[in-house]
Amino acid sequence: MVRFILSKLLFLIPTFLGITIIAFGFVRILPGDPVLLMAGERGVTPERHAELSAQLGFDRPLVMQYLEFLNRLFHGDLGNSLVTKKPVLTEFLALFPATVELALFAIIIATVIGVPVGVLAAIKRGSWFDQVSMTAALVGFSMPIFWWGLLLIIFFSGILGWTPVSGRIDLLYYFPDATGFMLIDSLMSGQEGAFTSAVSHLILPSVVLATIPLAVIARQTRSAMLEVMGEDYVRTARAKGMPQRRVIGVHALRNAMIPVVTTIGLQIGVLMAGAILTETIFSWPGIGKWMIDSISRRDYPVVQSGLLLIAGMVMVVNLLVDLTYGLINPRIRAS
Amino acid sequence: MSDTTVKLSDAAIRRRMLAEFWFYFSQNRGAVAGLVVFALLVVVAIFAPLLAPHGAATQYRDALLLPPVWQEGGNSRFLLGTDAVGRDMLSRLIYGAQYSLFIGIVVVSIALVGGIIIGLVAGFFRGWVDAIIMRVMDLILAFPSLLLALVLVAVLGPGLTNAMIAIAIVYQPHFARLTRAAVMGEMEREYVTAARVAGAGNMRLMFKTILPNCLAPLIVQATLSFSSAVLDSAALGFLGMGAQPPTPEWGTMLAEAREFILRAWWVVTFPGLAILTSVLAINLMGDGLRDALDPKLKRS
Repeated sequence: MVRFILSKLLFLIPTFLGITIIAFGFVRILPGDPVLLMAGERGVTPERHAELSAQLGFDRPLVMQYLEFLNRLFHGDLGNSLVTKKPVLTEFLALFPATVELALFAIIIATVIGVPVGVLAAIKRGSWFDQVSMTAALVGFSMPIFWWGLLLIIFFSGILGWTPVSGRIDLLYYFPDATGFMLIDSLMSGQEGAFTSAVSHLILPSVVLATIPLAVIARQTRSAMLEVMGEDYVRTARAKGMPQRRVIGVHALRNAMIPVVTTIGLQIGVLMAGAILTETIFSWPGIGKWMIDSISRRDYPVVQSGLLLIAGMVMVVNLLVDLTYGLINPRIRAS
Repeated sequence: MSDTTVKLSDAAIRRRMLAEFWFYFSQNRGAVAGLVVFALLVVVAIFAPLLAPHGAATQYRDALLLPPVWQEGGNSRFLLGTDAVGRDMLSRLIYGAQYSLFIGIVVVSIALVGGIIIGLVAGFFRGWVDAIIMRVMDLILAFPSLLLALVLVAVLGPGLTNAMIAIAIVYQPHFARLTRAAVMGEMEREYVTAARVAGAGNMRLMFKTILPNCLAPLIVQATLSFSSAVLDSAALGFLGMGAQPPTPEWGTMLAEAREFILRAWWVVTFPGLAILTSVLAINLMGDGLRDALDPKLKRS
């Protein structure tokens, strides 16, 4: 197992270096002069330009600049935002919990609904439940979630008036963020109604974000179950006279879960892309909205480092999925 | 096998393959429905100038935010109502079909051609060429696709052309990996060795001998990418990074309609419905194609 983990970790190094090269190269292939870009509309004198260039290291060879970039990266220095002047890492860490909270809720919704639906559809293959749920899954899979979010706002916020349109909590409530997770903070604040307010803000965005993963998980669970249920050991269990519930619960489900766990893990990339759209629609103050705002404000240090951080995160999650996979399936470890 | 085997001409073989393909494809009712909707979409796109009752950019200042005809206050001149500057929704949706199909075709063509060439080279030559190419492909896949496309558009500058290029770059590794895997499988076959012994050059081996036998998974992937391209370009348009107003691209229309969501449901509902319908139709077709082209896959 140790060798398996080590080999996976070693494999990560070139990928990570590649990601840094892409993030680094990004600012350099931008049309125009990065110094002028940072100086803004006022412009700079030629002397000041040279001084800034030297200060930022743009006058040195690209390779040296890249090594410097890497060096700073390993010391936790990701540069400062052009707009707020604050360190990018500080901003990222402040907004990150909001996205994690949203994504976590979404993946819980997707798993809790998707897995049972997929299992049931497989058991009752060809039934009306199977047909309806798989049609729904295909619709969900084809859904433009930015539109879906707007529709839910029209219905639940506009017509029914059940949920708020945007944000994480009512402006009525104020408390310092201890953890950054609104649900926990609002509970800890002890203010009446704060927790309910946080939940009602979270519900629509997480449903929207959950839509595509839910569809993917339901479809994947169904096909994994169908495959496993055709296996000899399931037939043997049946032939032994084992009750249906035990055959499905113990023999089939556990084996079918292996690809499903991978699918769930791999949804993290989908969630990050979805977070950009979902957070924009619901004005959710997370890293997705932060990225899109920075792109439209041409705040390149933020875009560069944000890209790096998000890709790094996806990479780490994928590694964890790989490791879990190895843990539950010894055959993978051996190969 | 008896020795009275009938020799079929190439055309006859092709006809038989087509008939077999259609047999499996038509067994999937969803796929046929998808095909019908998609064909309708193509017809609408081609004949848009004839079908649309109004111009896509014509503004009627006396008819701002009119509801659809069946709702109170609706006008039979504007079947699906008008938007905030008095443009006919139906006409804009009809012209929008042109954009969606165009985007899908361009993105898939670029990604397909690029991916095939890269995948063929990697799978055919193996060794360090393969290692480098595949590392780069993995790298692109390490980024969430929409995020990478967004950043690429930020670098290239917002607009429809750049959005299509960005999406194509992001999709291309899928085609490269599929092609490489298929090529590696085919390279072991005897017909490839036979062709090589017969003196076929690398180019001929790659493109004429091997490639035609790797097409099935690529066609399925192309269909799926077509629907994703429609979806992602609409998302970019929605975020203000794709087609720019007043282009009647569905995602861009949604972005313009956002501020009216609580006042005029129709400006938000119809463009999204158009996106969903076309993406769903293409995905249904993709499922049918997979069933028909890949007999190894279970029909589940």
